[in-house]
Amino acid sequence: MKKLKLVVIGNGMAGMRTVEELLKLAPDLYDITVFGAEPHGNYNRILLSPVLAGESSFSEILLNSEVWYRENGITLYAGKEVVEIDRRHRKVIASDGTEAQYDRLLIATGSKPIALPIPGATLPGVVGFRTIRDVEMMLEASRAKGNAVVIGGGLLGLEAAAGLMKQGMSVSVIHLMNTLMDRQLDEAAAAMLRRTLEARGLKIFLSANTEQILGEERVRAVRLADGTEIPTDLVVMAVGIRPDAALAKAAGLHCERGIVTNDTMQTFDPRIYAVGECVQHRGRTYGLVAPLFEQAKVCANQLALLGHSAYRGSTDSARLKVADIDLFSAGDFREAENADTIVLHDLGRGIYKKLVLADNRIRGVVLYGDAIDASWYYQLLCDGVDVSGNRDRLLFGKALAGDAGRGAKDTFLELSDDTEICGCNGVCKKTIVDAITEKKLFTLEEVRAHTKASSSCGSCTGLVKQILAHTLGSDFSEGPTKKPLCACTEYSHDEVRSTIREEELKSIGEAMVFLEWKTTDGCAACRQALNYYLHCAWPGEYEHDAQSRFINERAHANIQKDGSYSVIPRMWGGMTTVSELRAIADVAEKHSVPALHITGGQRIDLLGVKKEVLPEIWRDLNDAGMVSGYAYAKAVRTVKTCVGKQWCRFGTQDSTAMGIEIEKMTWGAWAPHKVKLAVSGCPRNCAEATIKDFGVVAVDSGWELHVGGNGGVKVRATDFLCKVATEAEVLETCGAFLQMYREEAHYLERTAAWIERVGLAAIRKRIVDDATGRKVLYERFLHSQKFSQKDPWAERAREGVEAHEFKALTVVTKGEAA
Amino acid sequence: MIQKSVTHCVPEWVEVGSVENIPLRGARVVSTPIGDIAVFRTGEGEIFALRDRCPHRGGPLSQGIVHGRRVTCALHGWKIELFDGVAVPPDQGCTKRFDVRVEDGVISLCLRAEIAKKVCRSAEEENHVSGHA
Ligand SMILES: Cc1cc2nc3c(=O)[nH]c(=O)nc-3n(C[C@H](O)[C@H](O)[C@H](O)COP(=O)(O)OP(=O)(O)OC[C@H]3O[C@@H](n4cnc5c(N)ncnc54)[C@H](O)[C@@H]3O)c2cc1C
Ligand code: HEM
Ligand code: SF4
Ligand code: SF4
Ligand code: FES
Repeated sequence: MKKLKLVVIGNGMAGMRTVEELLKLAPDLYDITVFGAEPHGNYNRILLSPVLAGESSFSEILLNSEVWYRENGITLYAGKEVVEIDRRHRKVIASDGTEAQYDRLLIATGSKPIALPIPGATLPGVVGFRTIRDVEMMLEASRAKGNAVVIGGGLLGLEAAAGLMKQGMSVSVIHLMNTLMDRQLDEAAAAMLRRTLEARGLKIFLSANTEQILGEERVRAVRLADGTEIPTDLVVMAVGIRPDAALAKAAGLHCERGIVTNDTMQTFDPRIYAVGECVQHRGRTYGLVAPLFEQAKVCANQLALLGHSAYRGSTDSARLKVADIDLFSAGDFREAENADTIVLHDLGRGIYKKLVLADNRIRGVVLYGDAIDASWYYQLLCDGVDVSGNRDRLLFGKALAGDAGRGAKDTFLELSDDTEICGCNGVCKKTIVDAITEKKLFTLEEVRAHTKASSSCGSCTGLVKQILAHTLGSDFSEGPTKKPLCACTEYSHDEVRSTIREEELKSIGEAMVFLEWKTTDGCAACRQALNYYLHCAWPGEYEHDAQSRFINERAHANIQKDGSYSVIPRMWGGMTTVSELRAIADVAEKHSVPALHITGGQRIDLLGVKKEVLPEIWRDLNDAGMVSGYAYAKAVRTVKTCVGKQWCRFGTQDSTAMGIEIEKMTWGAWAPHKVKLAVSGCPRNCAEATIKDFGVVAVDSGWELHVGGNGGVKVRATDFLCKVATEAEVLETCGAFLQMYREEAHYLERTAAWIERVGLAAIRKRIVDDATGRKVLYERFLHSQKFSQKDPWAERAREGVEAHEFKALTVVTKGEAA
Repeated sequence: MIQKSVTHCVPEWVEVGSVENIPLRGARVVSTPIGDIAVFRTGEGEIFALRDRCPHRGGPLSQGIVHGRRVTCALHGWKIELFDGVAVPPDQGCTKRFDVRVEDGVISLCLRAEIAKKVCRSAEEENHVSGHA
């Protein structure tokens, strides 16, 4: 097939990101030609501020070198500005006469700095702050260490001012409004920022209108409307940007403030697409890369003719990249009648935090002096999470609002380079920072792919995001609310689940076809998730697909680092008997099990068992009445108990018997992640019930029920759910809660993360307030259990299920091999 | 699916069992004097053989999940290309592959201790493959 011709106008961040995404999806579909007015490859415009401040060099911020274009077969016309789009003949024409024919055209011309229409605006020594050329001019002017004036006290202006000060210039900022960064900050935060900057030597003129730039051959001074004259050697205009739609307009494409596109990034000419700052989508233009990268992704998907992805707009956020100033804002933080404002204002410590809530959801946030929780608030905002559950502590940050431990507090700024961030994969802070800068990573997914940090249990995700945000100086790593389940699909966990139910999809293959999976048979991530979702949706009907399960669940034992396995038989409620112990001892001796260990789940672990011996060991344990403990499974693991009223002098109820009853009801229940339970006989809580997914604490008058706790990397104590009087109520609430979790959490999301995502209130409403709904959930749990409570060890040891799993295909002897 | 036919094996092919004995999207182990070999069967029915040791920390690749023409290692999730044993970037490393022949549903392996020398692609090359400059 002859290749289609794609021409890209604009060799900047959005355009090239689109091309990269396109190459990933359809490497051979197009012959690609790129025109760029700037005479180099695509670079990271965001990092111009560090270049100006002398913290990076141009080569460090280059994203696509000329070699890259060549290797990907892309024709690059660097330094050639396109001056005309000839839609009738489907070609573009550059200023030097170069022409290129297109089948599809992508406009990614970005924006231009606004130049104030005042006398002197074109004098030498007046620059914008947009390109590497602008930065080079500023650096050149700063060599004499003279005076500089920055017009515009917004994000860009202040970054320019900070950089120039760092270069030794004496800098004044002129701002038209009466507070700095008026678009991103409220008055209180702006006042604090002003104080900090003035203390560093910046002169700030507010409510100041620039009337004229004075000078003959070069700028000499700036005159304000009130007559003040500020002598200067350099003027930086940073009063805003205007989408660069001139070319598109001249070609007759529909433009308003920017080039108008629909949700697929298509302009009014179906052959022409647009992405980036030049675009106006649903009435909005964007000036930060996160939304532009989202557009790029959607556009690439359309260009690749996959056509199943749409852009629906993004929430703005802002962060100032000036050393030691921690500042963040997002959403709509104006005070309004239907909104509540929560404020913490500590002038002494230089900290200001404001949250604007509407309908118990965060609508806007401003942080100054301590923006460590920025990504947390931003996620809550984007996801529209109901925060009524921890509203009273919300402002104190993630650490105190119930999510303590590693992910929280000032942690990562204080961490040394060699601090291990990801315990699962042994990745330390420096490795992550280096990978972000050297490999030019932008998103959490990329950091995961390159460093493996946060790719396993995910508990360091918060920290990795913070590192990403601070290393890049912005938080555009934060994706939009909707995250695809994995790279094989565009659909989110929730969409996949509801489609499975609504469309009655009954197998992985069916689901992949219906949901237009992009790969033939998925990947390790989505196959496991789909297998679980199908199992949960169709109890008794769906048979697990063994090849789509993690080895531990396929082999019903835990794989160890040397490829051997561990065997953990169930000990109901942590109780055992002489004959059980004797049987374990006999089995261990008979099979020369190299190690025995008492697990934290109150049972005994036989370690170092060869795979082929597993069925035999299981048979021996079965003979002694023992069954699988599911210690390897994303399922109910153990119910830990204390000895309670039976023995303990403090015990108020029979916690052991309660625990055994719960375990008898819940064992075998597969879940999105592992589930651990515990029952303590009194509030001394010896069974540590308050760090379990479902914890029961006995009191004189009944049972307190707690949910959403876990130990581990990031400890989270449970939330109190409710108190009940009888054992039957404990069982009903437990079953209903687990069923809601099984049906609604995302695969690999533990109850703690799930509750933080959906909010405790949502769970209380269904499990505590709605008695009928609770019963229905409980019924569904029990129904599903009817099919799940079969000992997988017995099936394999006695019925020959999956026999091939445990045997070598063949053994080749010395004589046969060469 | 047509298997790339490799006919040349010195000194000779060793039969290891029939295709049906390996589940689709699965693997079985062949135990040999030169170590365990993982024999994979993809969703499309292709057969591949790799040394049963992950280039990362030696995990048994036979225990992983097979998808497309790749396997995801069970220990830490590296992805390995089945047809050449090379780790999918950004991970780097490779594991030895063995020539496979399938005739009348019977799989044979070529068990020479040194295989046609298999060099891992260089780091720079890997970076370009990943495309993300
Ligand atoms: C100093 C600075 C700091 C920033 N900091 C942040 C930050 O911290 N966080 C954040 O999210 N965003 C930040 N931004 C914004 C971010 O850089 C932009 O949103 C992003 O670069 C826009 O991408 P784009 O592809 O739309 O435009 P650009 O990257 O500007 O690319 C457009 C390209 O098209 C070229 N072009 C235009 N017209 C033509 C033509 N007719 N023919 C050929 N080529 C043409 C231009 O020369 C330019 O190279 C910052 C911007 C600046 C300037
Ligand atoms: C975050 C990632 C975690 C990983 C990857 C992980 C991994 C494992 C593994 C592989 C085992 C089985 C060991 C064996 O083969 O015998 C295990 C068992 C266990 N883990 Fe973890 N674990 C994690 C978090 C936690 C947390 C947060 C806790 C508790 C607070 C915990 C408590 C236990 C206990 C009690 C057992 C024994 C289980 C039993 O008796 O059934 N683990 N874990
Ligand atoms: S058993 Fe758990 S805590 Fe121990 S090394 Fe393994 S993952 Fe870490
Ligand atoms: S939790 Fe209470 S009842 Fe149970 S062992 Fe501890 S003190 Fe005794
Ligand atoms: S041993 Fe295979 S991924 Fe670590």
